[in-house]
Amino acid sequence: MMKPPLIELRHVGKTFTVAHGDAFHALRDVSLRIEQGAVFGLVGKSGAGKSTLLRTINLLERPDRGSVTVDGRELTALGKRELRAARQNIGMIFQQFNLLQNASVFDNVAFPLRLHAARAAQGTARVHECLALVGLSHKAHSYPAQLSGGQQQRVAIARALASRPAVLLCDEPTSALDPDTTRALLDTLRHINRELGVTIVIVSHSLPVLGAICDRVAVIEDGAVVEQFALNDTASPRKTALGRELAWHRREQATWEEALHA
Amino acid sequence: MLERLFSLLPELWVALGQTLTMLGIGMLAAVLLGGPLGVLLFLVGRGQSLHNRPAALLLGWLVNTVRSFPFIILLVALVPVTRLIAGTSIGPLAASVPLSLAAVAYFARLVEQNLREVPKGVIEAAHAMGASETQIVVRVLLVEARAGLVLALTVLTISFLSYSAVAGVVGGGGIGDLAIRYGYYRFETDVMVFTVAVLIVLVQTIQFSGTRLARRLDRR
Repeated sequence: MMKPPLIELRHVGKTFTVAHGDAFHALRDVSLRIEQGAVFGLVGKSGAGKSTLLRTINLLERPDRGSVTVDGRELTALGKRELRAARQNIGMIFQQFNLLQNASVFDNVAFPLRLHAARAAQGTARVHECLALVGLSHKAHSYPAQLSGGQQQRVAIARALASRPAVLLCDEPTSALDPDTTRALLDTLRHINRELGVTIVIVSHSLPVLGAICDRVAVIEDGAVVEQFALNDTASPRKTALGRELAWHRREQATWEEALHA
Repeated sequence: MLERLFSLLPELWVALGQTLTMLGIGMLAAVLLGGPLGVLLFLVGRGQSLHNRPAALLLGWLVNTVRSFPFIILLVALVPVTRLIAGTSIGPLAASVPLSLAAVAYFARLVEQNLREVPKGVIEAAHAMGASETQIVVRVLLVEARAGLVLALTVLTISFLSYSAVAGVVGGGGIGDLAIRYGYYRFETDVMVFTVAVLIVLVQTIQFSGTRLARRLDRR
């Protein structure tokens, strides 16, 4: 029998009511399976629904229809309290980092651990472990405003990993960063995926970013998945323009890395 | 003239004590009752996690209604309630009742406004980490808004130092009342100038401390 996927969305739909009572279908009957250990990209034009789709995985956006299952638990069937517990298994980082500005780096990373009494005891050691993982041990007593954007995003990653989640959701994680910082951050994410086995789902409008880090991508158009493929699969034809462009970026990346290592 | 002021000192001390009593009770009520009311007002508002339109409308209407009263009218209108709570309708303790009610409504609004300044993304991140509503209030909203909340309380304290002068109408006493009785009714300009000088020092001190504390709390 096939191993069940770590994340499974079945027939997920979400409709927003916009001005004048008109309906906007942000997601139309999306079904998606993401395997354990994958780095999965969601790509699409702005307004296509890729962010909404990412946010349904931890129910920050609760779908109107369909079900969401993560690590064997059907989140859409859980009560409020159970959902809060299940969310500890799903880390998330954001474009704007969303750190507490009035809390030190240490307190930011400790935040998810202190939410749950059971984890508070192992707090200090775990916080230092996570800060070491993102290379910011020396900044534990700084405040976010004293850090660069790249450093702030690293703190956010440390915070997201503190409760040892199986999944890390990344919502445009590099869009507020310059190219050099972006490259370093992608290295960190790749490291987390390979060494800790954390499954990563990443939304980005940047094709080079997705081409550099993803194993698999889904192309979202108008609230639906129109195509998905493994980036290493260069044999099958691409249906969408975005898909073709992404394949091109992947080839570019490969030649560039070859040249670098030659 | 110095002699006259000197002879007034005992009365000034009493007045200062009355002012501080009224302010202390009023601000305590503002923080203990108005604070939670402001948080609730924020949470049931549009786009927030406990959004509830009827509750938002009702709470908003209540706060606006209390704030509609000119303070002197609230003072008089509330006399039966005051008698019930304070056991009397005159004196500084009695005056503290309407003062507290007005302060609760005012502070609730200020708290709501300050919490709105907390970036939505930060609240969302806390939700994503599995925080409960209470945890979000205590560990996110109050932490991120704390500098603004201190400044709001500073504004409130100074406004109510002014309001407390009106308390003389119900025998509340206080420095403002002293200024009105001696300076205004008896045309003793020197006393008026002196009491106003005391008030200026009070206001400057409150504002200075508030600003300083807020700056120390703000890491943004």
